[in-house]
Amino acid sequence: MGITFRKETFRDDFTFRNSPEHIRRFPFPFNEDAYMYAVNIEPHVVGPKGSVLENLIDVDEHYVAEMQDRALVLAEDPLRCQLLPHMTLAGWDLLELLMEQQALGYPEHFTLERNGDRWRWINRPLGIDDTFTFGDTSTLPYGPMEYITRQSQGDFCILDQRDGNLWMDAGMVTTQADWSLDFDIGMNFFEWHAPVPLAHEKGIFTRALKFLTNIQQGKPARRLNWTMTINPRLDTSPENYHKWGPDRATVTPENVGQKVHLRVELQSFWRLPRSNAIVFPIRCYLIKMDELVTQPKWARRLHRVIRDLPEELATYKGLTRYRPTLVEWLSKLDDGSPTSPGFGPD
Amino acid sequence: MSTGTTKLDVVVSDVVPVNDLVTRFHFRRRDGELLPTFSGGAHVVVEMRDGDRTRLNPYSLMGSPLDTREYTISVRRDDAGRGGSLFMHRQVKPGLEMVISYPVNLFSLDLRAKKHLMLAGGIGITPFMAQTSQLAGAGGNFELHYTCRTASLGTYADVLQQRYGNRVRLYHDDREERIDLDRLLSSQPLGTHLYVCGPAGMINWVRDRAASLGWPPETVHFEHFAAPQPGAPFDVTLAVSGKTIRVGEQQSLLEAIEAAGVDPPYLCRGGVCGQCETNVISSDGKFIHNDHWLSEEDHRSGCKIMPCVSRFEGKSLVLER
Repeated sequence: MGITFRKETFRDDFTFRNSPEHIRRFPFPFNEDAYMYAVNIEPHVVGPKGSVLENLIDVDEHYVAEMQDRALVLAEDPLRCQLLPHMTLAGWDLLELLMEQQALGYPEHFTLERNGDRWRWINRPLGIDDTFTFGDTSTLPYGPMEYITRQSQGDFCILDQRDGNLWMDAGMVTTQADWSLDFDIGMNFFEWHAPVPLAHEKGIFTRALKFLTNIQQGKPARRLNWTMTINPRLDTSPENYHKWGPDRATVTPENVGQKVHLRVELQSFWRLPRSNAIVFPIRCYLIKMDELVTQPKWARRLHRVIRDLPEELATYKGLTRYRPTLVEWLSKLDDGSPTSPGFGPD
Repeated sequence: MSTGTTKLDVVVSDVVPVNDLVTRFHFRRRDGELLPTFSGGAHVVVEMRDGDRTRLNPYSLMGSPLDTREYTISVRRDDAGRGGSLFMHRQVKPGLEMVISYPVNLFSLDLRAKKHLMLAGGIGITPFMAQTSQLAGAGGNFELHYTCRTASLGTYADVLQQRYGNRVRLYHDDREERIDLDRLLSSQPLGTHLYVCGPAGMINWVRDRAASLGWPPETVHFEHFAAPQPGAPFDVTLAVSGKTIRVGEQQSLLEAIEAAGVDPPYLCRGGVCGQCETNVISSDGKFIHNDHWLSEEDHRSGCKIMPCVSRFEGKSLVLER
């Protein structure tokens, strides 16, 4: 069978949509009617069939369109993909991980043939069939990290581990929620998290770093994060703020359902074997309010979460301007009845 | 969330005596698949089923990270130790099925280095076997200085010299050859990283001289081989699980806790990684701290212990386990 890949855009005419099956598999991030930071990290193990966790590296109906959007971003701004010189080995580690996982989860779309160092990679959705020598950058059209992340959904940060800290020393970042790889490159864990409110006081970053530096090979971990985006735009980078920032002033009671999107990041953490670095894939899922409220439980719960969100968090996530309009719109779908436990729809 | 690492079911594919003290063990996966790729400096924890006792000892992987058909470790026989190395030397034969952990690297190369300067003492050579293979395969710049007691106990000295020629320098104690450490450390190009693995005295000496000569701490990497030391038996109360246990003379506190059916997390079992750090609820007696994880302040406070390598002498000890 295989996935039917949608033809759609994440810019200009914004034709991005989720099919009904993809609405139901959306990784809704709230398991109760309120939200506060927590170190919500759990083992990244395979989840139920039909969920985004069915495979550890998820490929969905937006794959082809997302890869086209990434190519457009890179053509305008090559600095979205950067790798410090000592990270090339980690790039090969990542290439191996993503090829293996995609071929394992989606054999009808991806095939990896390994014959010693001679590898053949077939990517049918993007029409790629390349044979190369593993470890020899000259045999690929790009460096190994750029090559494979032009063919994998989500952003990827590769964190070098040394001196008891993690360092943002490589990455492919084109679908980010208002942060910049070009700004953060070379920073350590505490430096790049400096802008996050409240969490420092709770000691969350110290504990999270301790956890992450102990991530073991063969035992990846994951967490969910979320924000909201106006229009289904993947590239909400500081570099392009002038393009998407003003969108936040365009929300009206009439267009909330189409314009306002919940943006969920499935973040996972993997130890890379050769380089001993950590790769941190940040996979972005978008859903417009009209799609989300087709699940009444999610509509009620999202209303309560957004209504009661602490002001600092609303500001940090950039919701301030349209929060009243959104809460008013959602309130009409909340009859006050209880919501069932857990993340999934009823 | 994790107790240790994922396990690998392996079979001993070869046992090779290297010299009077050291024997090499080869492991393959029982299912015939490739073993996980690893990075130079990584270790595995080997589970030894010795009658009703289980020992879990860490050993550096010494094969090439480029070849994962098998893992190899080298074990130095320690006649005065707690019995793990004797078990390996006497009981482990080709064909034996064993369980080892996934590789863990707490002694990683810093790949930013312009040059890697390695100092090995005795069996501390093993992580450098893998690291030099990794670097040589990638055209890396390294130099290895290796101190051993005698030529016949210079484990793999011949192999290393054959592979890397004058990038390997040997020093034999019985010929009174000593590393001219200050000169060596003073003559390195900018951007050199220093790695040292060997007896505690050697590590302390090298770290101390490097600090005195102005090496930034983040360029000095070391791996202590802190095997748990035997000692007088002592009793411990585990408050959370409501158990009272006795730690035997040849047993570590962590092993005694595990034998009682309680599983604290661990990675290195050598007092380095911090995973098994345990809070002390009350104590009446003296701690024998052997770890490199807790601060001196923590050691003095009597509020924390690393059960993988540290012991206790006295009337009572209650732990939060």
